[in-house]
Amino acid sequence: MSFRINGQDFAGQPSAGQCLRTFLRDLGMYGVKKGCDAGDCGACTVYLDGEPVHSCLVPAFRAEGCEVTTIEGLATGNELHPMQRAFLDAQGFQCGFCTAGMIMTAAALNQAQRADLGQALKGNLCRCTGYRAIDDAIAGRRETEDAAAGEACGHNVPAPAGPDVVTGQARFTLDVAPEGLLHIKLARSPHAHARIRSIDKSAALAVPGVAAVLTYEDSPQTLFSTARHQVLSIDPPDTLVLDRVMRFIGQRFAAVVADTEAAAEAGCRALNVDYEILAAVFDPDEALRDGAPVIHDLDPGPALKDPRRNIVWSVDGGAGDVEAGFAAADVIHEGTYYVPRVQHAHLETLAAIGWVDGGGKLNIRSSTQVPFLTRQEVARVFGMGEAKVRVFCERVGGGFGAKQEMLVEDVVALCALKTGKPVQLEFTREEQFIAATTRHPMRMRVKLGATRDGKLTAMQLHVVSNTGAYGNHGGPVLEHACSEALSVYVCANKKAEGVAVYTNTVPAGAFRGYGLPQTNFAVESAIDEVARAIGMDGLEFRRRNAVREGDPMAGSHAPSDDVIYGSYGLDQCFDLVEASLKRDDGDKPPSPDWRIGQGTALTMICTVPPGGHYSDTVIALNADGGYDMTVGTAEFGNGTTTVHLQVAATALMTTPARLRLQQSDSDHGGHDTGAYGSTGTVIGGRATEIAATALRDVLLDFAARVSGAARDACTLTADAVVCAGTPIALTALHRQATSAGIAFTATGTATGIPRSVAFNVHGFRVAVHPVTGEVRILKSVQAADAGTVINPMQCRAQIEGGVAQALGAALFEEVIVDGSGRVTTPSFRTYHIPALADVPRTEVLFAKTHDSLGPYGAKSMSESPYNPVAPALANAIRDATGVRFYELPLKPDRMFAKIAERH
Amino acid sequence: MDLNTITAVARPQTREALPGWREGDAFLGGGTWLFSEPQPRLSRLIDLAALGWEPLRRTPAGLEIAATCTVAELDSLAAPVEWTAAPLIGQCCRAFLASFKVWNTATVGGNLCLALPAGPMISLAAALNGVCTIWTPDGGERRIDAASFVTAAERNVLLPGEILRRIDISTAALTRRTAFRQISLTPVGRSAALLIGTRAPKDAGFVLTVTASTPHPVRLAFATMPSAAELRARLERDITAYHDDMHGLPAWRRHMTLHFAEEIRSELSAEPSR
Repeated sequence: MSFRINGQDFAGQPSAGQCLRTFLRDLGMYGVKKGCDAGDCGACTVYLDGEPVHSCLVPAFRAEGCEVTTIEGLATGNELHPMQRAFLDAQGFQCGFCTAGMIMTAAALNQAQRADLGQALKGNLCRCTGYRAIDDAIAGRRETEDAAAGEACGHNVPAPAGPDVVTGQARFTLDVAPEGLLHIKLARSPHAHARIRSIDKSAALAVPGVAAVLTYEDSPQTLFSTARHQVLSIDPPDTLVLDRVMRFIGQRFAAVVADTEAAAEAGCRALNVDYEILAAVFDPDEALRDGAPVIHDLDPGPALKDPRRNIVWSVDGGAGDVEAGFAAADVIHEGTYYVPRVQHAHLETLAAIGWVDGGGKLNIRSSTQVPFLTRQEVARVFGMGEAKVRVFCERVGGGFGAKQEMLVEDVVALCALKTGKPVQLEFTREEQFIAATTRHPMRMRVKLGATRDGKLTAMQLHVVSNTGAYGNHGGPVLEHACSEALSVYVCANKKAEGVAVYTNTVPAGAFRGYGLPQTNFAVESAIDEVARAIGMDGLEFRRRNAVREGDPMAGSHAPSDDVIYGSYGLDQCFDLVEASLKRDDGDKPPSPDWRIGQGTALTMICTVPPGGHYSDTVIALNADGGYDMTVGTAEFGNGTTTVHLQVAATALMTTPARLRLQQSDSDHGGHDTGAYGSTGTVIGGRATEIAATALRDVLLDFAARVSGAARDACTLTADAVVCAGTPIALTALHRQATSAGIAFTATGTATGIPRSVAFNVHGFRVAVHPVTGEVRILKSVQAADAGTVINPMQCRAQIEGGVAQALGAALFEEVIVDGSGRVTTPSFRTYHIPALADVPRTEVLFAKTHDSLGPYGAKSMSESPYNPVAPALANAIRDATGVRFYELPLKPDRMFAKIAERH
Repeated sequence: MDLNTITAVARPQTREALPGWREGDAFLGGGTWLFSEPQPRLSRLIDLAALGWEPLRRTPAGLEIAATCTVAELDSLAAPVEWTAAPLIGQCCRAFLASFKVWNTATVGGNLCLALPAGPMISLAAALNGVCTIWTPDGGERRIDAASFVTAAERNVLLPGEILRRIDISTAALTRRTAFRQISLTPVGRSAALLIGTRAPKDAGFVLTVTASTPHPVRLAFATMPSAAELRARLERDITAYHDDMHGLPAWRRHMTLHFAEEIRSELSAEPSR
């Protein structure tokens, strides 16, 4: 068959059932992405005879004789297509995985379609941006700006990967084709709880192309946790690479390695497994009962409280006397709230490629937020020295906490080591839903007391967290859930109890907000009820009761020594949201019969996780007068690569264009705890600030010495050190230093101790239809105390993205597990994530603060924008309808009956 | 996605060249559903595109829509002004969960055969009194009302080896007055209720077609415009079950069905605006 692709002729024979997307990628068109593989996300959009199609749905053979255009063929020579330019100018991307498909679609729209982007882009999903930047790109608005030398911080410096992202050249995890690559498919349990008596592999091994079938017999017997933290001991070791006990439907029991995915799939189907079915339990309350099935027959340990009662972790803390506090209250609200499982839905699924190189080193190219911690754990589990393992990533297609786990690298390591060949594993979208991780579902009982004059007298929180079949992040998430949601309020009497429970369901794991979105929903809803009960505005009640600078911050634990007020802007956030809501400038309700209401909520988050969080940066002046930097942080749309360049460029009085950065590779040396816990800017950026400042000093010292000028008469500029008025070019300094045997290199390390606090306040005005139960957001505003913002465009976009993701969880997202433990929402068609039509514009406002800990006064702002959204929305709906909804998501079909009762 | 168990594709250009149907076969229309889910039981695709059916034919009797007509082709139909029902075409196309890009590939017949409650081409064909022509494996044909083509969620009347050839819409149906209501849990999501009312220009007859909220289309025909109470009673009597999945709870689907039915009754009771 002959194909014409991007103006070139190709001969090829696609396999009978191959889709066009795979065929194009096999030809090296890696800009064509596999996001959902089902026609829902649009990341694979190409043109077929000029018409945009989802290439994952098009049989490859049908492209014969057609003109195919991919993102690689959209530009004319070196001249970008205007839509590519527009996406650069507006920075209409974050991780960039959806971007090629987004641009291909946007470039094909006619005027009528551009006028109704909600309809036109319903087949293009972006999980990062919240769509405002995409909307701006299509409208031709520019956001990026150039920064003068030494002034990068505070400006909208564009992401350095932008040109590669908009042309489809940015390399994500699987955008490479190693010679002789084998494919891994994982066979998964159909049973929620079972012990494997035996596995007959013979038929699978007989499938042509199958190279290996690996089972529990081949697995290392070292227990580990898929959760990755700086401190290993806080995660429960309850997982094997391949186990013989199945604890949820979808758990992997075998890895089939073959020369094609098709053969590996056939091998999986050919496995014959003899199971002993065990009793299963799906509900955490039932799992806590005496006599419940024991899911992990393990002894208690430092991160495992009472596994034989299915208890991974428990919290029991507080201060004062809540009973006395409730006795002193004029009003009390008590309610049981529930937040279900949601999935991260990063568009690049979990994936890795592994191989053993000629030197015997195991290399793993992965889609991870934590390459260094994964390297450590692979080495430990497989009994190898850390020097024998390398984990790295290039561009990562979204994370949101999902990639703070080791869910693929371990089995990729096993297959690479056993076969001696390069191997690749790519989760399908279905596997993301049934066998990766979700947010922890939590049932929360909240009881608050307050006096009539608006003072909290007691706060009580009880949390049951369902960690699923494996403990991974269960303990730390529970601890976090019971911390800032309470500690943001000043109240003498607090009690927090919680338990994280094993059940035979898909495991929960790290998720943006890390427990706080759940308890913020419960506590902030309850705060709203208490304020209503005394007739006070919710924002005013929070203003009176929230911490002010200097107040002790106590949750389930006593205030920790390492959390300080590096800055404080919550008061400004209150004022900004209040003033914005008072301006009557949102949308109008569709018709007068809609009910209108307003609601607010707050969140506080420590800028760094507890226990230390480390990052190393190395910066060197190179011969051409530019700088080379090495950092550990992975880039998955968080924008920290831009921040590193801005911080270094500012300290070194240069422009970001003069810096070359390499990142996220354990072989680069140093250490990096990882891109989680909102640390990208405050830890990674801080390390860079330290390194760049140190290098500046080295340069100035050297220049002063060789010029004979006084040290304080020397200043660094973009190209030279000016010594008492005489410039010495950096290139010349580099030459002199080299001949003197001096290397212009400096390193910086940040440790994450002490930590500061960041704040967000969200406000909504909504309209609710009294008959249908539909919710329209008329106005959305979020104020953020992010310290001194290094890149306002990117920080705003992080907030918008967080709001959009949170709106999905507030309005419709839910991973549903049925009565037999099976996930019934394994696709974007059954698990809807926000499309452009679902997301309103959010006004983003920044408090003006300067943090004493973060680089150039900055604070973290990646998880926390998510946290106040759901309760603010529920509070607005309560205001509009008079009905308090205690469970997410707030879907019309669950709300209409209660709303109708009131109207 | 790749359908890795497929080992052969037949691309017949004439009806005579259609291979005999066997277990593991699937007829390929646009492929937008077939390629969207794993199909481990399939081994051969029989591509209907090569048969070269004319997508849309206007005849004195009305409109013939080939099963392989794409949604995009149908959406861009230039309808004569006297076809007062033609706006339903655009309304139903926009009720697709799928994007306009999928319309370029997805077919009208494929949507009927998939038989999802929310299939908007089913709504359109049923509301416009469409008649389906089915090719039988013995070389013959049979016809069935479009409203009866779908029998339950993801079930239709086709027997193994049968092919939906086309849907015919009569001029009489295309010249009726119409009213359209649709809702989903999200602004442009999958329909949870899609109701279409039609009324003949001259007589008092009223037909209400309920789709999406019910597992299969429910058509209620009235010789004269019913009262609100009569309409409600008929809905309550004739709809025995509402569909239940993550796109809408049955109680809400019922609620919205009753609400929209009354809105449609009210709209079509009024004299048409000139």
